[in-house]
Amino acid sequence: MHLDATIATFLIQDGLTNGAVYALLGLAIVLVFSVTRVIFIPQGEFVAYGALTLATLDTGNVPGTPKLLLCFGVAAFLLDLWSWRRDLKVDALLRNIALNLGLPLLIYGAVLYLAPLQLPSVVRVLITVSIIAPMGLYVYRIAYRPLADASVLVLLITSVGVHLAMLGLGLIFFGPEGLRAAPLHDGSFTMGPLLVTAQSVLIYLMTILIMIALYFFFEKTLLGKALRATAVNRLGARLVGVRTQLTGVTAFVLAATIAALSGVLMGPITTIYYDTGFLIGLKGFVAAILGGMGSFPVTAIAAIGVGMVESFASFFASNYKEIIVFGLIVPVLIWLSIGAIHHEEE
Amino acid sequence: MSRNLLELTDIHVSYGRAEVLHGISLAMRPGSIVTVIGANGAGKTTLLNAVMGVIPSTGAILYDGAPVPRSVEARVAAGLCLVPEKRELFSSMTVEDNIELGGFLRRASERGETREEVYTRFPRLAERRKQLAGTLSGGERQMLALARALMSRPRLLLLDEPSLGLAPKIVVDILNIVSELRKTGVAILLVEQNARAALEIADEGYLVELGEVRRSGPAAELAVDPALMESYLGAHS
Repeated sequence: MHLDATIATFLIQDGLTNGAVYALLGLAIVLVFSVTRVIFIPQGEFVAYGALTLATLDTGNVPGTPKLLLCFGVAAFLLDLWSWRRDLKVDALLRNIALNLGLPLLIYGAVLYLAPLQLPSVVRVLITVSIIAPMGLYVYRIAYRPLADASVLVLLITSVGVHLAMLGLGLIFFGPEGLRAAPLHDGSFTMGPLLVTAQSVLIYLMTILIMIALYFFFEKTLLGKALRATAVNRLGARLVGVRTQLTGVTAFVLAATIAALSGVLMGPITTIYYDTGFLIGLKGFVAAILGGMGSFPVTAIAAIGVGMVESFASFFASNYKEIIVFGLIVPVLIWLSIGAIHHEEE
Repeated sequence: MSRNLLELTDIHVSYGRAEVLHGISLAMRPGSIVTVIGANGAGKTTLLNAVMGVIPSTGAILYDGAPVPRSVEARVAAGLCLVPEKRELFSSMTVEDNIELGGFLRRASERGETREEVYTRFPRLAERRKQLAGTLSGGERQMLALARALMSRPRLLLLDEPSLGLAPKIVVDILNIVSELRKTGVAILLVEQNARAALEIADEGYLVELGEVRRSGPAAELAVDPALMESYLGAHS
């Protein structure tokens, strides 16, 4: 079979759909890295959790994630208690109980009540996101906050650990079977030879919407500016009173939200297993590297490129699809390291 | 006599095994300007960083009669503000955003009000609102660093070498601005290599050498001290 115009348009559509999701994931990786210097490897797990949670909710069952959220909350609570063992303040303790125990309990209770009701798909998506997003908060509290001043390497090793832990928890809470979520909307229409599903249109729209929302957050809100300021100059940000914790938590919750939404978007177009997220997340990571780990627009464009390359590679050399995609970063790394050498010489 | 705004007792700071401050004590009253002078490497910057909490120290730091809060951010909230030697601006953000962020811990209404005051004080920055901080000249950057600090409505401003690397004419401008600031009631702890200029605007002066206070007293007295003149002021007179 050789490439003709019809196949090419199919491949382009496929590449664009996946690329849009990779763009979201790449943005989240750049966001987390620039603010906290953490390379957010566990992002893939958040994607898988999102997709699997939605798929379970589709069947009217209660997913494992609210229970997991509860466990995370308890761990965060105990860690906070430990760190305050010398001077415990009542108001801080109450706030801690509300955030670490109250919030997950509330979500757990709400899911128990809402899950069997067969609610419309939009509501199921909202429930999914509200389960996964707070996980970003607890994961930051448990794994990264104690290491706020550690080197990038230590943070990277931590990320590998968190990734492996969340992978194992995924297996426990969802089991080894793959799930596919129902499309948020069943419709489709034809455009020339092309069958466009409502789901793929939804993916484009959501991606664009999230990007616009991020733009407004970073350009127009004081908290968004504080995150940018932290990325530009950490000491400067502390000197104006921006707490490292606040920006760290915000970055992680945003990233978890984006990952959960990516999972929700991805879930209906491919079968997701507990370990599928990693590979999806890595492609976002490729895009982030192509964007130099710092540029949002370049990352977004690179992600579309990654999606395209992947889709065409699966046509021409499907066995080598992943190799080709991940091989993309080699020339970029060489290019960046040449740049770094020149920089040192100056 | 009102109580001291800042009282340092026996401050020690070490980098690894090397101790760089060997027990510094210093006191300053609300609304006063105190300058710390001394040669390069005497530990002046270290002292300011310790007061701000950027680096750990031992000894007592009393602020407004009570132990100073632990974290940098809590100290900012309590009214301390450091303008570091390297300014630490957000270079890829606009002048406006830098100033806005200076008031991060203030309420939105307060922030708007203070912003107008700041722009009135630094009309140059008002002209360059939309420009990136990284594209400003040295003097403008120092103004921006001061402006950003004022946005937090500090009661104690810690200024580290505000004249460093600036043209002589601009040094005069900056020091004029500093002595103007005291009219707003803010106290200023000023570290300066340009000892003569610093003593001119200060009430009290401390001479720090090799991590210890060697001399202290009213700035006017230090400025005419013959021994001091020779080692620190001579070259400038």
